[in-house]
Amino acid sequence: MSAFEQPKSFAFTGENLTRAKQHMAKYPEGRQNSAVMPLLDLAQRQHDGWLPLAAMDHVAEVLGMEPIRVYEVANFYTMYNLKPVGRRHVQVCTNICCLLRGSDDVEAACRKELGIDFGETTDDGMFTLTEVECLGACVNAPMMQINDDYYEDLDAKSAAKILKELKNGGTPKPGPQNARKGCEPITYKGKGA
Amino acid sequence: MLKDKDRIFPNIYGFEDVSLAGARKRGVWDGTKELMAKGREWMVNEVKESGLRGRGGAGFSTGMKWSFMPKEVGERPHFLVVNADEGEPGTCKDREILRNEPHMMVEGALLASFAMAANASYIYIRGEFYRETEVLQRAIDEAYEAGLIGKNACGSGWDFDFIIHRGMGAYICGEEGALIQSLEGKKGQPRMKPPFPANVGLYGCPTTVNNVESIAVTPDIMRRGASWFSGLGRPNNTGTKLFAVSGHVNAPCVVEEEMGIPLKELIEKHAGGVRGGWDNLMAVIPGGCSTPNITKPECDTVLMDFDSLKEVKTGLGTAAVIVMDKSTDIVRAIARLSSFYAHESCGQCTPCREGTGWMARMMRRMTKGDAAIEEIDLLEEVTRQVEGHTICALGDAAAWPIQGLIRNFRPEIERRINEYNGA
Repeated sequence: MSAFEQPKSFAFTGENLTRAKQHMAKYPEGRQNSAVMPLLDLAQRQHDGWLPLAAMDHVAEVLGMEPIRVYEVANFYTMYNLKPVGRRHVQVCTNICCLLRGSDDVEAACRKELGIDFGETTDDGMFTLTEVECLGACVNAPMMQINDDYYEDLDAKSAAKILKELKNGGTPKPGPQNARKGCEPITYKGKGA
Repeated sequence: MLKDKDRIFPNIYGFEDVSLAGARKRGVWDGTKELMAKGREWMVNEVKESGLRGRGGAGFSTGMKWSFMPKEVGERPHFLVVNADEGEPGTCKDREILRNEPHMMVEGALLASFAMAANASYIYIRGEFYRETEVLQRAIDEAYEAGLIGKNACGSGWDFDFIIHRGMGAYICGEEGALIQSLEGKKGQPRMKPPFPANVGLYGCPTTVNNVESIAVTPDIMRRGASWFSGLGRPNNTGTKLFAVSGHVNAPCVVEEEMGIPLKELIEKHAGGVRGGWDNLMAVIPGGCSTPNITKPECDTVLMDFDSLKEVKTGLGTAAVIVMDKSTDIVRAIARLSSFYAHESCGQCTPCREGTGWMARMMRRMTKGDAAIEEIDLLEEVTRQVEGHTICALGDAAAWPIQGLIRNFRPEIERRINEYNGA
């Protein structure tokens, strides 16, 4: 892991502060701590996909929470990145259903295409590769998530193709990479198929 | 096979219009106000009579659970919390409801909340389901605009708010106590019971936590009647169910079927059969990774419902069927689950925090055979020390797959150990 710097300060943009207030309004009066998760997510999205300490402190201030309570939350949930990540966060599921259908090949293809190991970021800051637990798309295994999108029904070739396309500034089509739309059997002949 | 007319989720594959207009064409939001006019007691009874058992894994009667809520609202408001923190490996059915039948979710939340006198419901969706959350949010916005929810929902006189709360990647938040903690802005760690959520739940208020599928099927139960639902399946195992079939099958899929469909029929009719044919089957995990595996002789005849699977010492769980053919490295597969539980243990209870790590490390060695024969019994002993000694069921869930492995595949574990040790 390379060293990284914690920014000295963080504040929500005006637009994000408005969004933060909308999140806070979803919970009953006096229960605004409930908004700590969406606010941390908001901060992370504003700060290039990772959550510096200053952002946690800012969220604590906005919510009137003890900073330690916010740190606890940020540390507990795996989707908060506590160190910098690449602009494309490639998360490969290796849990049982993906394993049974060839996540080893997908994993190897990702390592090869990006030239990095799990837990590493490419030198240009473009990609971070992470091994993740089940992402809940098991009938579309093997799969990976890149930022907010799922790429499913993968094999080594399609996984490499997606990453290549991203490298070249393209936008690969999310979802199943074979002939199906979603979770229907590939042989499905029903309505719309 | 389930007849089309008995299908609850006609658009589970998402080929049709997902918007309010499309949902209405499929009968969603049909006569919702009239159902509410029949009153809470009628609604709770109807769900109770239908025999619906919770679709999130534990299989407790949904109607019974609803009836545990206080009959009248006292000083504390009531809440319905919908559990959409779908993360049990193998399980991917709620995702399809959220993104392809979102209005069934919204209508179900309204009816269930009304039945339990809740003016607000939170749905806790796993954070990774970002696109699914967008779809549901659009449906919620549409429902507000059409006056179906919000003030005077459906013209019923009842106010109802439905609010999405996104998780952030913790499997344990699928456990109801942890989910409530998380909703309150804390680390997701399970709570001791009692008190039960119906008494002291979200913000200390009466709360019911139900799975997505459990809630989404209740409007149809109320519309078509309890006896229609209970006429499907077998006694105590009624209705239709979303099954997810993954792993070594020719056509993995999610499919709605009648409860009690034979496992073999489910795999062969809907999932294209086992890769290499039925005789190439090694084992099946029938209900998500927390349920013990069963081997081919049991798979030949077992029915997919709560009681049938219990008889063969496993469970229906989330009805997530993970199929493994004879090429499977079964020890590695179960070891992968052990690493999963070690990763997801919330760390609150010592037996689970320490035990899941122990089990994962031993299982990694067992995969290579780097162990002594006696350690198989030791491993089994460790699982017994974790099982039943924790606040929530994660400890049990970590123990059971290993117990199933030792029960069904001990000779394979021994073979590896002997080979590794050059015996």
